Amino acid sequence: MNATPNGAILSAAGIHKRFGALVVLEDIDFAMGAEEAVGIVGPNGAGKTTLLSVLSGAYPPSAGTIAFKGDDVTALPATQRCRLGLVRTHQVPKPFGGMTAFENVFVAASHGAGLGRDEAYEEALGSLKLCGMLSVANRRAETLGLLDRKRLELARALAAKPTLLLLDEIGGGLTDGEAGELVETIRELRRRGIGIVWIEHIVHVLLQVAERLICMDAGKIIADGEPQAVMADPQVISAYLGGGPK
Amino acid sequence: MSAASPVIERGTAASRIAGIGVVAIVLLLALAPQFLSAGAVDRMTALFVYVILAAMWNALAGFGGLVSVGQQVFFGLGAYFAIRLANAGLDPFVALFVSAVIVGAVSWPISLFMLRLKNGEFAIGMWVIAALTHLLVNLDRLIQGETGTSLISLNVYDASTRRLTIYWLALASMIALLAILFGLLRGSTGAAIRAIRDNEDAAASVGVRVIGTKRLLFVLAAFGIGVAGALWLATAITFQPKTYFNVQWTAYMIFMVLVGGIGTFEGAILGALLFFLIETWFGGTGVWYLIGLGATALVFSLLLPRGLWGTLEERFGWRLLSVGYRVRLPTSVADPTGETISPAPATAHREKA
Repeated sequence: MNATPNGAILSAAGIHKRFGALVVLEDIDFAMGAEEAVGIVGPNGAGKTTLLSVLSGAYPPSAGTIAFKGDDVTALPATQRCRLGLVRTHQVPKPFGGMTAFENVFVAASHGAGLGRDEAYEEALGSLKLCGMLSVANRRAETLGLLDRKRLELARALAAKPTLLLLDEIGGGLTDGEAGELVETIRELRRRGIGIVWIEHIVHVLLQVAERLICMDAGKIIADGEPQAVMADPQVISAYLGGGPK
Repeated sequence: MSAASPVIERGTAASRIAGIGVVAIVLLLALAPQFLSAGAVDRMTALFVYVILAAMWNALAGFGGLVSVGQQVFFGLGAYFAIRLANAGLDPFVALFVSAVIVGAVSWPISLFMLRLKNGEFAIGMWVIAALTHLLVNLDRLIQGETGTSLISLNVYDASTRRLTIYWLALASMIALLAILFGLLRGSTGAAIRAIRDNEDAAASVGVRVIGTKRLLFVLAAFGIGVAGALWLATAITFQPKTYFNVQWTAYMIFMVLVGGIGTFEGAILGALLFFLIETWFGGTGVWYLIGLGATALVFSLLLPRGLWGTLEERFGWRLLSVGYRVRLPTSVADPTGETISPAPATAHREKA
């Protein structure tokens, strides 16, 4: 592991996740520093989203412990982890469909970040602006297209004032121009000192932000380190192209 | 951010006029008994009870996503506890409200296990709770099974005093409950309630206390419906369990809310008014009245799924008692077509539908 659990903002040790007989995560050890930007890649079904869900508290691990900011948060539900600053986005956007884009973001600012009314307004507007969504602020989220729903996921997570943001494929399906904007947005978040964990299939976009890359396959971390080295790792190449025995 | 920064608007010019209208209507209603016949006063009391029922079911289902077909349990318990308290010597009028508080208290332990259920399971589970409670109340010897009993102690007041007192109590209860609901739904808790309705997992992931918020809403709705049940007992005097624990009460709530406009504060009130008028005009026609109610509900759910107010709101942008938020952008950023344009610095070559 690169970061030691001592200096780590987020660390996970011995994480297993089983759904019945299906083992989705197997003995994951992971730690990262406060302002690090970590990319996660891996073939479909590798367990990337499950790892994110376990880290964010959407469901508990079958075994293992998770620490955030030095405290054991394994037993804390997602609500509490969010309030501590560990916030995720969803791969398939989960907007509050009957509420406007602004209201979506306002919920996160007032509950996740715990802000009073006026500060929550300001935070919500700031997040919408950063994600280029001010012009659709009054649209009900169910009327938004997929691109805007993805942006809304990001804006809503930001409004909760994360110290560490877990992003799940927010770049899928973007044009080059849109991907460029997204990279700019994420870089801005890094300038604000927000740590990033980003699952993404579009590796060239991911590598514009990530300074460290993790590759998962079949529920395990098979490579972890400097991005170019990870991409050149024979195990990683084999995981993507198939072939060799695991 | 300077003068050109966006502004959050809660009301509109129309909603400020509506606020004045509400005050005027309340004053009129408070003075109305002077000009109304005894029968009309009783009917108006019934209307207030309907408004309470509709508003509570709407808060629960329309705002909180908690669709229940067992809310008659709290209606029945509101009446039952009032009977019990009056029997124990409490002033009957005081008993009505103490009873509702007890109903709220009872709903808390019920919420502990019922709120674990989702969607249809919750809806039907509540009906089971209502049926079970009905049976338990039947076992009370004071109630004498389905024979029932009466709120006898109310008879110490003469008919006219009783009628007027109940009218004003019902009016005050309706206004107080609507004000509490409006305050709750308009605040940040209200935003959390709607977020839970739309996506519980996402709500939790942005820091909303899902179970606690649902519980608050559930208990408040139980309390409100308890008030309604107790008031109904006060007007009817007699208590027969099967009348109060009847699923028809929830059916009426659903009717009022669906026709009026689920998930809008105005809709529930409008729906209650419509239901009241239909009942007043056609209530005497027996079975045809019920068939008419059913057909109306069907037509609405097929053709106007957002109900009367929801449709008006969508088509004309009407918002009178709105709990929502509107962002008013400085004109340089606002786009009247509602299409996406980005105020972000990047690029002109965006193509987005």
